Amino acid sequence: MGKYIVKRVLLAIVTIWAVATITFFLMNMVPGGPFMSEKAISPAAQAALEAKYGLDKPLFQQYITYITDALHGDFGDSLRQRGRTVASIIGTKFPVSAKVGGISVLVALCIGIPLGCIAAYRRGKFIDNFISVVSTCGIAVPSFVICTVLMYAFGVKLKWLPILGLTGWKNYIMPVAALAFYPTAYIMRLMRSSMLDVLGQDYMRTAKAKGLSQKVSLFKHALRNAILPVITYVGPMLAYTLTGSFIVEKIFTIPGLGGEFIGAITSRDYTLIMGTTIFLATLLIIMNVIVDIVYKIVDPRIKLK
Amino acid sequence: MKENPLSFQLKLNPDDFLPASEEEKESLVVMRESVSFWKDGMRRLVKNKVAMASLAIIIIIMIFSFIVPAFYPYSYKTQIKGANNLAPMQYSAAEQEAIAAGEKVFPHIFGTDKMGRDYAIRVMLGSRVSLLVGLVATAIVLLIGATYGSIAAFAGGWVDLVMMRLVDIIYTIPDILLIVLLSFALEDPLEKLAALPGFAWVGIVGKNLISIFIVFALLYWVGMARMVRSQILMLKESEYVTAARALGAKSGRIIKKHLLTNCIGTLIVTTTLQIPSAIFTESFLSFLGMGVAVPMPSLGSLASEAINGINTYPYLLFIPAAVISLIILSFNLLGDGLRDAFDPKLKD
Repeated sequence: MGKYIVKRVLLAIVTIWAVATITFFLMNMVPGGPFMSEKAISPAAQAALEAKYGLDKPLFQQYITYITDALHGDFGDSLRQRGRTVASIIGTKFPVSAKVGGISVLVALCIGIPLGCIAAYRRGKFIDNFISVVSTCGIAVPSFVICTVLMYAFGVKLKWLPILGLTGWKNYIMPVAALAFYPTAYIMRLMRSSMLDVLGQDYMRTAKAKGLSQKVSLFKHALRNAILPVITYVGPMLAYTLTGSFIVEKIFTIPGLGGEFIGAITSRDYTLIMGTTIFLATLLIIMNVIVDIVYKIVDPRIKLK
Repeated sequence: MKENPLSFQLKLNPDDFLPASEEEKESLVVMRESVSFWKDGMRRLVKNKVAMASLAIIIIIMIFSFIVPAFYPYSYKTQIKGANNLAPMQYSAAEQEAIAAGEKVFPHIFGTDKMGRDYAIRVMLGSRVSLLVGLVATAIVLLIGATYGSIAAFAGGWVDLVMMRLVDIIYTIPDILLIVLLSFALEDPLEKLAALPGFAWVGIVGKNLISIFIVFALLYWVGMARMVRSQILMLKESEYVTAARALGAKSGRIIKKHLLTNCIGTLIVTTTLQIPSAIFTESFLSFLGMGVAVPMPSLGSLASEAINGINTYPYLLFIPAAVISLIILSFNLLGDGLRDAFDPKLKD
């Protein structure tokens, strides 16, 4: 176990370094710069700004400086939002996205897993057909369609829910529903097919034959085996959902990290792009390690290597 | 010959020992004609009603997006004067006069947008863009992914290790970052390319569309590569490959007859399921305003434009939204059907 963790951490550091390097050079290769779009900026002022942030130095030197600073935990100042550090921007925006995202992942799990199990258990019955149709349609609808339809129906027409901002609990309902929609449908499908697979296994017949109650055989034997694919899916999905979806944040005007990231890319806020990318990559890798460990807990036969 | 009543002697005559005729030989063959992989799969696919219905819907949408616009009375960029924001099947004042005068005016089936452009033709062209992106991008992904994955699997050892680490890294970079950066980066070179003689088609297809293809090619092959690699690695070890080798089959024959035929089901299925994800991404990009160039519509950009007017003209949003959902749903269902038909082992 200890050896495994050391190996994973080393691999993670290499991956994050590679991601940071690729992002850094790619970002600088793209035409345009952070101070290009500014109106009424004299070339002298632009040069001064670039000198202030070290953008006038050779690219490789900038890279070395950035990596050294990042290793010391300093991700620099935002180039476009004067007077704010990248760390403070991520620190204020991430919790907003994480709250909405976390709730929607929970919702997706709480609806997706039981419904998927029920569909598999009642295979071929009405409820199974119904759940299958709903989940197949669910993965076919793009998120911006869901967002706008929800907004139109509940915000504009029925006026049940507030449209903008995140002031009360009512504001969370629509963004959470929009974010949870696709994962819920996907988890339902995943759960149903893996449950069907498990229910057909020999050990399920053995469990029945040796007189275990339905409850024990379903929860102790079937669910533990069938849930593994769902865990694989949920790990990376959690990382992406926690860091915010641009579309959902744009439509419901949520001040989250997803919108911030796209804004940073389009305005070439180099330091903010780097900071957010490294943050997301780290989160993704951590989630993958957690998935592996949870796997080991759920299924002790799996060897971590 | 005198016969002993108690003898077990058989009554044989010389005719019984003649060589069998062809007909007699044939009647003894119990095996039916072997069904090829394709025939078997197609037979199962045709029986699947849902998959066939999805295929029919896809074909209908293709007819509407590729053939119908050629002789549709309106054009996607002509702005009809006085016909702004018409509701479906409504006529503008000028058109009503024309009808009153006895002329025939083709109805605006889906109404018009705020610039006075016929919405039905815009939705058709929007689906054309979505389908094109889906099909072309997926073809590129298939080509790169399958080659990369099979090279990694065949080579094995450290080549495999390095190649797959690269895939992991591309997987970890947020795809939206790469998409946006690459589409910015490709803008300039593509513009220059379009100016070169012999590359005028770049301008016609649209540089944004081409940059979407390139972005796709660079990004989304990783999933395909992983899939193909794991398939080939698994198939390489299977008993029938060992058996074929023991029977003296050459590597070329093993690859052609065993590895490829067993892989092709997975390839078809993964490819079909890749199409909706390409369409998803294109609509997302167009929604952000980074997709196709105006006045060319795409389903994503149509929906995105319609959001501002959602209170007054909700149908402008619902029509493209419904079409895109229908396209994705049909491809998903067709993919499921293909999977059941060609690769029953691969249920997700």
